[in-house]
Amino acid sequence: MTMRVWKFSDNVDTDAIIPGRYLIHNDPCVLARHAFEGTRSEFAGQVREGHVIVAGRNFGCGSSREHAPLALTGAGIRIIIARSFARIFYRNAVNVGILPLVCGQADEIPEGAEITVNIEGGYIETGEKRYPIEPVPGFMQNIISAGGLVAYARDLEEVETCTGSQR
Amino acid sequence: MGATVVEKIFSSRCGRPVRAGEVVMAPVDGAMIHDITGPLAIRNFFQMGGTKVFNPRKVIMLFDHQVPADSITAAENQAFMRTFAGDQGIHNYDIREGICHQVVMEKGLATPGEIIVGADSHTCMYGAAGVFATGIGSTDMGFVLKFGALYFRVPESIRVDVTGRFPRRVGPKDLILSIAHDIGADGATYQAIEFGGDTFERMGMEGRMTCCNMAIEMGAKAGIVPPDRITYAYLEGRRAVSPVDLSPDPDARYVDRRMYDVTDLAPQVAVPHNVDLAVPVKDVAGIRIDQVFIGSCTNGRFEDLAEAAEVLSDNRFSDAVRVIIIPASRDEYLKALRSGLIERFVSAGALVEAPCCGPCMGGAFGLLGPGEISLSTSNRNFRGRQGSTEAKVYLCSPATAAASAIYGEITDPREV
Repeated sequence: MTMRVWKFSDNVDTDAIIPGRYLIHNDPCVLARHAFEGTRSEFAGQVREGHVIVAGRNFGCGSSREHAPLALTGAGIRIIIARSFARIFYRNAVNVGILPLVCGQADEIPEGAEITVNIEGGYIETGEKRYPIEPVPGFMQNIISAGGLVAYARDLEEVETCTGSQR
Repeated sequence: MGATVVEKIFSSRCGRPVRAGEVVMAPVDGAMIHDITGPLAIRNFFQMGGTKVFNPRKVIMLFDHQVPADSITAAENQAFMRTFAGDQGIHNYDIREGICHQVVMEKGLATPGEIIVGADSHTCMYGAAGVFATGIGSTDMGFVLKFGALYFRVPESIRVDVTGRFPRRVGPKDLILSIAHDIGADGATYQAIEFGGDTFERMGMEGRMTCCNMAIEMGAKAGIVPPDRITYAYLEGRRAVSPVDLSPDPDARYVDRRMYDVTDLAPQVAVPHNVDLAVPVKDVAGIRIDQVFIGSCTNGRFEDLAEAAEVLSDNRFSDAVRVIIIPASRDEYLKALRSGLIERFVSAGALVEAPCCGPCMGGAFGLLGPGEISLSTSNRNFRGRQGSTEAKVYLCSPATAAASAIYGEITDPREV
């Protein structure tokens, strides 16, 4: 399946993804209406299910607000490709069902490109070119396979901590 | 091979040597939720099949972002959390105490060697008390509420050694802005920043909080100062703890080491729209400003307000500037009130608001219109952070904020 690219630069922060005044909302669809409001205002109206965000370094920096990846899920984004991600955003994205993929050459992919993602093969492809993506860390893979952290945790009665079992 | 402060904390909490790079499911000693991220965390807790939180005494709840409630939706969110606190037996500080991070510190809820998570990115501030503290999202927090534990990849550390005494009207905020400039907005991603050196050994808890608070602005998972007599003196009367030695081993392994000498440090300002764009104040002096905000978890403590008042002296704030001053907590407010600072600020033309996040959260009040410029002692100057995406926010110390508020333009506090 090919996906249309929304291209962003370095250091896209969570205030840009969803401004603070909308954090009183928790519904992904409501949040999606305000995604990138003021910084990329055409996004909310034109993004479609299956579109993909491609960005530079440090995507999702700033606040821990999970409203940011939630707004993007509400907008239909399932995959974000970036040269690097801010740590909290990366985990939040996985937890809410977005696959964050690290691609060192993300800068080369242009706005509006049509790409395909081959996760097993470890690459993304535009018409003529392949770009390698880094494997998702092992412990995150378990959460993704379960369908997000909520699904992963729902079936657990207790967890094995480094000090022994808890709950 | 020796251990860093972070490795010592994880090793101690796990009961075996733990090294940077390992992924551990570690027990959590405290979990903080507030009015913005709390409702989602609680919903996630229920969706995960949670019925009773892991330990109500270890859950810290309060409201600080939109207080008192500024909309019906905010009121509903807070009511939802109040009910949850009541059902679960969680102590809820509600809207009474102030900004979450300041309250955690001053109530003695963060003590050396602990692992604490908060559903807020500036949770890293508790590193000032020798805690491994990090910000997490609401789904991770739902998991923590259920199990009292979370997956952590134990981070590598950057060691930052600072020497020298601050010159007049230069302080921790200028230092951390200059460190953020050098490390960059993502220079410490997935890593911890461990502060040390004689400057930190002399620095009060307030300055340590300012520095650890801003570790996240470099992408860091945590900022931390090894606990010492200053840490334990601060905790005295707040919570009884027996001292632990978390000093890093001399042969600890760091991903990077940086040295600073503050003897000749000049006041710094981070220019729009990134925190790592710090320049000396003199480079941007003279820029007209519309609003000055002195407050936030970064710089809203009594010492910050006293620093601003010292610069203000008997002057008045410029009529061209809206000056908003918000003490970080009720305790800090009372200290400022009793020492006459509040009266001085109000007389000089400032609005003094009750403890909360204020303009820093960009949603409650004190928002900027298009084209407006704000100077702020808070921690982020992202586009749109304090209102319009066409506004500009500059970050600085309380001294620089006060000096600039007198003249209505960015001003070097040493020249007042």
